[in-house]
Amino acid sequence: MTTITGNWDDGAQVIDLTRSPASMRAHNVSAWFGNHKVLERVSLDISAHQVTALIGPSGCGKSTFLRILNRMHELVPSASLAGTVLLDGEDIYRGPKPVTDIRRQIGMVFQKPNPFPAMSIADNVLSGLRLSGTRLHGRSAHAVVQQSLERAGLWNEVRRRLSEPGGALSGGQQQRLCIARALAVEPRVLLMDEPCSALDPTSTGVIEETMAHIAHDVTIVIVTHNMQQAQRVSQQCAFFLATHDTPGYIVESGPTEQMFSEPEDPRTRDYVHGRFG
Amino acid sequence: MSQTITPPSAPPQALQDDEIRVKIRRFDRADAAALGACALSAFCLDWLVYERLTPLSGGLGFWICWYAAFLLMYGFVAREQRGPLAAKDRVASVVMASTGIVVVVALSFVLGYVVFRGYHALRTNFFTQTQEFTGPLSKATDGGGAHAIIGTIEEVGLATLICVPLGVLSAVFLNEVGGRMARPLRTLVDAMSAVPSILAGLFIYVALNLSLGLHFSGFLAALALSILMLPTVTRAAEVVLRLVPGGLREGALALGGTEWRVSRMVVLPTARIGLVTAVILGIARVVGETAPLIFTAFGNPKTNANPFSGAQQALPLMIWQLYKQPLAGPVQRAWTAAFVLVIIVLALFLIARVIGGRGPGHVGFVRRRLNDRRNRVQ
Amino acid sequence: MRALEVNALGFTWRSLFCHICRLESLGPVVATRMKGRNYVSSSVEDIREERLEIRVSRPPADRVYRAVARSAGAVTLVVMGLIFLFLLLRSWPALRDARWSFLTESKWNPDAHQFGIFALMILTFEIAIVALTIAVPVSIATALYITEYAPRAVRRPLTSLVDLLAAVPSIVFGLWGRAYLEPRMVNLSKWLARHLGFIPIFKVTTNTFAGSTFIAGVVVSLMVIPICTAVIREVFSQAPPGEKEGALALGGTRWGMIRAVVLPFGRGGIIGGSMLGLGRALGETIAVALIISPITDKTIHIIQGGGNSIAALIANRFFESSPFAQRALMAAGLALFVVTLLVNAGASAIVSRSRSGAATEI
Repeated sequence: MTTITGNWDDGAQVIDLTRSPASMRAHNVSAWFGNHKVLERVSLDISAHQVTALIGPSGCGKSTFLRILNRMHELVPSASLAGTVLLDGEDIYRGPKPVTDIRRQIGMVFQKPNPFPAMSIADNVLSGLRLSGTRLHGRSAHAVVQQSLERAGLWNEVRRRLSEPGGALSGGQQQRLCIARALAVEPRVLLMDEPCSALDPTSTGVIEETMAHIAHDVTIVIVTHNMQQAQRVSQQCAFFLATHDTPGYIVESGPTEQMFSEPEDPRTRDYVHGRFG
Repeated sequence: MSQTITPPSAPPQALQDDEIRVKIRRFDRADAAALGACALSAFCLDWLVYERLTPLSGGLGFWICWYAAFLLMYGFVAREQRGPLAAKDRVASVVMASTGIVVVVALSFVLGYVVFRGYHALRTNFFTQTQEFTGPLSKATDGGGAHAIIGTIEEVGLATLICVPLGVLSAVFLNEVGGRMARPLRTLVDAMSAVPSILAGLFIYVALNLSLGLHFSGFLAALALSILMLPTVTRAAEVVLRLVPGGLREGALALGGTEWRVSRMVVLPTARIGLVTAVILGIARVVGETAPLIFTAFGNPKTNANPFSGAQQALPLMIWQLYKQPLAGPVQRAWTAAFVLVIIVLALFLIARVIGGRGPGHVGFVRRRLNDRRNRVQ
Repeated sequence: MRALEVNALGFTWRSLFCHICRLESLGPVVATRMKGRNYVSSSVEDIREERLEIRVSRPPADRVYRAVARSAGAVTLVVMGLIFLFLLLRSWPALRDARWSFLTESKWNPDAHQFGIFALMILTFEIAIVALTIAVPVSIATALYITEYAPRAVRRPLTSLVDLLAAVPSIVFGLWGRAYLEPRMVNLSKWLARHLGFIPIFKVTTNTFAGSTFIAGVVVSLMVIPICTAVIREVFSQAPPGEKEGALALGGTRWGMIRAVVLPFGRGGIIGGSMLGLGRALGETIAVALIISPITDKTIHIIQGGGNSIAALIANRFFESSPFAQRALMAAGLALFVVTLLVNAGASAIVSRSRSGAATEI
């Protein structure tokens, strides 16, 4: 755990960003796009210090559910939702905290790597802090850059070219840069939306290692299509399913080992053994 | 333990009703109150300082000072409420929204003002009579602009006839044929669209009147307008052609089509509607041009239906010439003509929107009937 | 079956196929995309790979088609060349008469053989600068409002409205500026002169305020705003959604997201739109000619009556001038032509190098 101290860009206030991994609880979450319902009363407990994998065939609402967890869902026009999402017992949708604070505590890594191409690698790492009003300089900035990149397993590859643009990296490196960027603001939960689906197997392996490293200081929720990946990286698992006229819902959830070895629901068994989806 | 969670198989649809959707508000009652309070108190402060304490005066200055005071105040209030970052965000939102709204309202007001000044002197004789027997002291409703409308139609029509083939072919060259020259040519087309309109007229005057001895005529005006219209049509058509998916072209080429046939039968038909829009936008661009006409059409109070010989009138030119006479009658007639011109531009634009809004690949009624007939024959 | 074949393009694939099959001459048609792709093997330099040379022999129809399209493209080049050539040829006697002093002389008195575009160019630029000082920030804010802030339902109508306003003829703005804006702006000018007169550009030496550079600049700015806004909005609307979401997911506010993603992405569009506006403002004739009280001496007192632009001078003076003065005006037109071309070339160069360059239409 690190403490980052810095200045608000318009004052000399010192902030303490020390945070510990948080648990999340979703209760009866439903989601709509316009009048089309895509999630039906999904409830899930996400425990701190663990990796939770959301699995299921495409179009079953996994990503929508993930985006609901840090209030990215509402950015889609005509999107709406019902139910409650708690972050360490605090309702993120009805609580007094502004949405920017919520998103800062619950970071997100997207399917397609999206570093800011106009910024250097170091600036990319610091961009989250800058966006939330913390401007670091000199040594403290360097420390944050180094530490975040180390945690994301990218430091050794880019230490000599921190001032090159972030867009010049390879796809796998870009994705790790995005992880470093998300980690730099010390989130309590990190959401990953199929972070490896656009990457080659080697990069995928590196990112999975990275996840294993950081799982100690941040709760991870990952959406994945890849059964083996879910088995490798996660301790908890939830299986989503949607049929063509019903919205997505969770068929079964529990410890990953159990879900894969002796699932209760026959559909889960079929899916994890690759028989459909 | 693995737990199976409800709903077990098919979720019951009837349950949907009792779910309460989360209401997400970016802008709640407290924000509205802060905004209103700041506006009001800035007004009071501004009034006190501006009108009472300092020797300032003037309407526009008052509102500028009010706006500045309002922004400052709102910034401070938002900072107290939600911290410095959110305050910046709020102030930025207020600046963007107010600027956007003021711009749209102000520009629409320009159009509205022309309508307001022009419509009450518009009589049907505007479309039937000319300025031939109308002097500076005649009534505002005397005479009309029939000659100018005829002139505008002929000049713009000729310019369109020149520009449509040239512009579309240039776009085809830029996008389909390509080659080494495409990039410089694109730059050059950009440069041509920046030629000041008066220079287009001056050039035609210098090249054709002074050098070749051709006298003022609608045709010269059409040539000058073409210089302004060509780059607009070319660029707009190029954008449309670029939207035709490359796969379509390659598909047709892979079937063994020649480039010419691929262009004619696949690319251009797909882009047809966009091309029509491009042409209409080009027309809207030049129909109100005045400066090039000063040197080419020259103006004429009488009807001259022959665009190839003799000076001709056009609506914008008529407005310019009437407005320069500092008398109530001609000035009012200029406003009337400006009103008609604005209506023409609006109409052209609406037509372009209606046609263009249908998107590429839309098959119109006539085209569908033709296709049906052809398919039946086959 | 029939219904399946008819696709949205309005022709049937089968008919296309039939047409192509019926073609008499099917010469070898090769897409020329292969050109320019070279594979360099840096480690083993000895091995020279022999590249396949693709010869394209096109059927006659295609050759004609290419020639026609190419010559249509060449028209633009020819016209631009002719404009330069004719203006140069016609104004040559005047230019020869003035020599280099044409660029440095401030007086405009062709009949006394004392003339130059120095003062006129400065006056022209003054109007353009006033116009852009207002138009650029306002356009950026309006474009941001339309793409990021406005309710989704009104974005399309607003876009259409801005495009429409960009097509409003300049004479309409001129009339409005003269009849409505000028009497009201005079008060603001007086206010500026009284309270900010200590700043040189707001100083006045005469007591007239109508027909000033300032008022003409404001009217031109209103004409330029829709044009700039249209270009800038187009670019902003193409800012990559992935990066925008990334910035928001990091806890950024909307303004933070705009500063981190939208503005850097749209920089090319902002510059391109502004330069386009500059070109328009420099060449604007009718609106300026209607409003300005023409002078030909240089002044920096922009809010007092009197100003000019080259285009307005040509429009106002041309037919009243002696033949020699006409040639001098043509020389001024030539100078304006060159300046607008330079501005535009600069804009193209900057825009094509920026990231959003491909998306910018100017």
